[in-house]
Amino acid sequence: MRPRSRQSRGVREVLFRIGAIACLVAALGVLAVLLGSILVTAAPMLRPELVTNFPSTTNPWRAGYWPAIVGTLYVVALTLLFALPLGVAAGIYLEEYAPPGRLTRLLQAGVANLAGVPSVVFGLLGLALFVRPPLALGPSVIAAALTLTLLVFPYVVVTTQESLRAVPRSLREASLAIGATRWQTIRGQVVPAAAPGLLTGSILAASRALGETAPLIVLGSVVLLTIPPWDLSAPFVVLSVQIYAFIGLPGAGFQAVAAAGMVVLLGMLLLFNGLAIVARNRLQRKR
Amino acid sequence: MAERGEGGGPVLSRALPERRRWAGAEGAIHAALLLAAGVAVLATVAIASVLFGNSLSFFTAVSPWTFYSGSVWSPDIRGLFGVLPLLVGTLVIAGGAALLGIPLGLGAALYLREYAPAWVRSIVKPVLEILAGVPTIVFGFFALVFVTPALQDWFGASYFNGLSAILVIAFLIVPLVSSLSEDALAAVPSDLREGALALGATRFEASVRVVLPAALSGIGASCLLAFSRAVGETMVVVIAAGVHTDLHADVLRPMTTLAGFVARRATGDLPTGSTLYQSLFAVGLTLFLMTLALNLVSDRLRARFREEYA
Amino acid sequence: MDQILEAPSPSIEAGSRTTIESRSLSIWYGKKQAIEEVSLSIPRLRITAVIGPSGCGKSTYLRAINRMNDTIRGCRIAGQLLVDGEDIYAPGVDPVLLRRKVGLIFQKPNPFPKSIYDNVAFGVRLHYRATRAELDAVVEGALRHANLWVEVKDRLKESALGLSGGQQQRLCIARALAIDPEVLLMDEPCSALDPIATAKIEDLMFELKRSMTIVIVTHNMQQAARVADNTAFLYLGKLVEYGATRQLFERPRNELTENYITGRFG
Repeated sequence: MRPRSRQSRGVREVLFRIGAIACLVAALGVLAVLLGSILVTAAPMLRPELVTNFPSTTNPWRAGYWPAIVGTLYVVALTLLFALPLGVAAGIYLEEYAPPGRLTRLLQAGVANLAGVPSVVFGLLGLALFVRPPLALGPSVIAAALTLTLLVFPYVVVTTQESLRAVPRSLREASLAIGATRWQTIRGQVVPAAAPGLLTGSILAASRALGETAPLIVLGSVVLLTIPPWDLSAPFVVLSVQIYAFIGLPGAGFQAVAAAGMVVLLGMLLLFNGLAIVARNRLQRKR
Repeated sequence: MAERGEGGGPVLSRALPERRRWAGAEGAIHAALLLAAGVAVLATVAIASVLFGNSLSFFTAVSPWTFYSGSVWSPDIRGLFGVLPLLVGTLVIAGGAALLGIPLGLGAALYLREYAPAWVRSIVKPVLEILAGVPTIVFGFFALVFVTPALQDWFGASYFNGLSAILVIAFLIVPLVSSLSEDALAAVPSDLREGALALGATRFEASVRVVLPAALSGIGASCLLAFSRAVGETMVVVIAAGVHTDLHADVLRPMTTLAGFVARRATGDLPTGSTLYQSLFAVGLTLFLMTLALNLVSDRLRARFREEYA
Repeated sequence: MDQILEAPSPSIEAGSRTTIESRSLSIWYGKKQAIEEVSLSIPRLRITAVIGPSGCGKSTYLRAINRMNDTIRGCRIAGQLLVDGEDIYAPGVDPVLLRRKVGLIFQKPNPFPKSIYDNVAFGVRLHYRATRAELDAVVEGALRHANLWVEVKDRLKESALGLSGGQQQRLCIARALAIDPEVLLMDEPCSALDPIATAKIEDLMFELKRSMTIVIVTHNMQQAARVADNTAFLYLGKLVEYGATRQLFERPRNELTENYITGRFG
């Protein structure tokens, strides 16, 4: 038996550490390049007309995202309106009411599996269930909101469960001890205590809804819309799909418009997440 | 309101009707919440029935055998519905992305857990979270406009090519693999690591020869989940890899996946019930079953992992 | 507290050389001082026990000997700790090589989730290149040395986690023995085991001390009285008394020692 060289054993470790640092730096670099290059490409188009104009397929300098922004805000707002109550309710049930057993495991597994379904499949669901007969809502804002509701639902449930779990048991016990019912306890004590986490969950859902493209394409989002979708049942376009449309058009001009749209999109995401952090800090400070 | 009855004790009869009303409200709330929790299962059932329903009609027009073994997908022009090119494309692109992204994510997790000083962690973890939150069209755009030209110069790739998608999707799944693997590594009790160190192992040897194998089922679960994510990735494929549906595995040429195809082809003008329309659902069904299988196996592995270290 | 004296030279049997010696060793975890100026010479090929109430620093002292305290962030050392005459905390000393010479058995058995064979072979594979036959021989030898061979020889490929607590601890000992250490540190090795398993390990210790120095930390005074040649009593991080076990238990020189031994505090 021969001893192994201590040097060779140490070398592997050093190589790994160097490799890992190199990869992490490279990843950071790629992210910086990604964001930077999009900003640079978008630069010439970043002016107010970008968000006030209607889209154009012929002249990039006249193209804008006004209908898309309206559509996005509309769709996301509606999605949150449906998904938040539904998701929080489900989360409350699973965390506070559900007895251990077969049914609960099934429900919990259902949530987990729904989260793993590819987003295009949600698009197909929405197409067949909402857009086409029998419901025949058409490729409309309401159909989009319903579809996205199902898509973000698992995320709201999971973050709700996590927030509820973080609330100390003593809070519930104290409330029950003075005679409050389970629901009174949950509504009056537990949910307010879990509010910061619930807020984070809402923002997560909104961010996901903002960024989704594929299911909305499948649903039939229009790409050249001349009227902002003020009507729930009107054809609609969202920011992400509009950007996708511009990517498909030839020429550096349209590339710039697409990049500018992404800047707007990322800006919106940043705003949402920033607001969420601020709000959560304030809520946590109050307690 | 309790009254003193004959025997001197309180009579609660007046209180009972109110209590029953409360019970009703509590029960109704309980039921409503239960229903909400069931939405996920209902949605899954809805997805399955929509996919199966349309696919079954489709399979009366085009036999499953032709569908799954056909190597030509040219529904509009030649009426041929062979899904193999899409399947191969999915395996090549998702598989390639997983082969690249999983080791990177695993290495990142190992490094972050074992070696990274606190300040490095405080930079890297938020960056990974940001990465995970960027919409995929941004990645698709990046692939087309910045990665592809480089590939065109160095490897003679075409404007739409599979490699661009592979590279970017690999990058995209690193945060997922990293965070899930880190959780798995953290679940391994520290006395195993200490035992290895006490025998004279270096930190690297302790991590790789003891902690990693101990976390294997948890890490396996995360790998499957990452692969499933890559299979479902749509926008990067649509934007960067193209729509080409010939059967081939040349990553330097355009190719598409099951997901990419559905997004491209569903342009809203397909009449309900037409074979073309239903073919989308047959492709969607294949995609759904693939990711479902991967996710279920991943769940099974994760459950086994939790048993070991709960 | 003038009850805690600087311990005088221990009454150790003449003729044995010291292997482990600490000189005014102090150890801090962050701001908290766990060991204060402990000077102790542990003789070769003997069993030395370190006793004291909970939190007195005995585990800390033990782990300092194979530098396992290095894994704890914020751990600071002052003074010297010599193994075979070399200060192991001097710059340039490699803990990895030190731990081949100085093994550690933990309080709770911690076999790896691998086969029995792979557990024992783990250390060997780390430090040596060996053929299959050589490895087989070393594994068998270590298991025999740990009095475990007969019980497991037919199931070497099975998972180590299937063994009983006492067997697992003997497996951990075999694992440590496989790389032929000169010192074996044992941190309350029997506290998680039943009396029968404990007795087996104590018997094992008598055999092992023929070939290696053993230092055992124990909160069980009877155990120290049973197995140890020399005993050190630590209190609040300071060395109170150190001497031959019989002398320490029958005629303790220090009042604090006597109070601890007679159970006036624990």
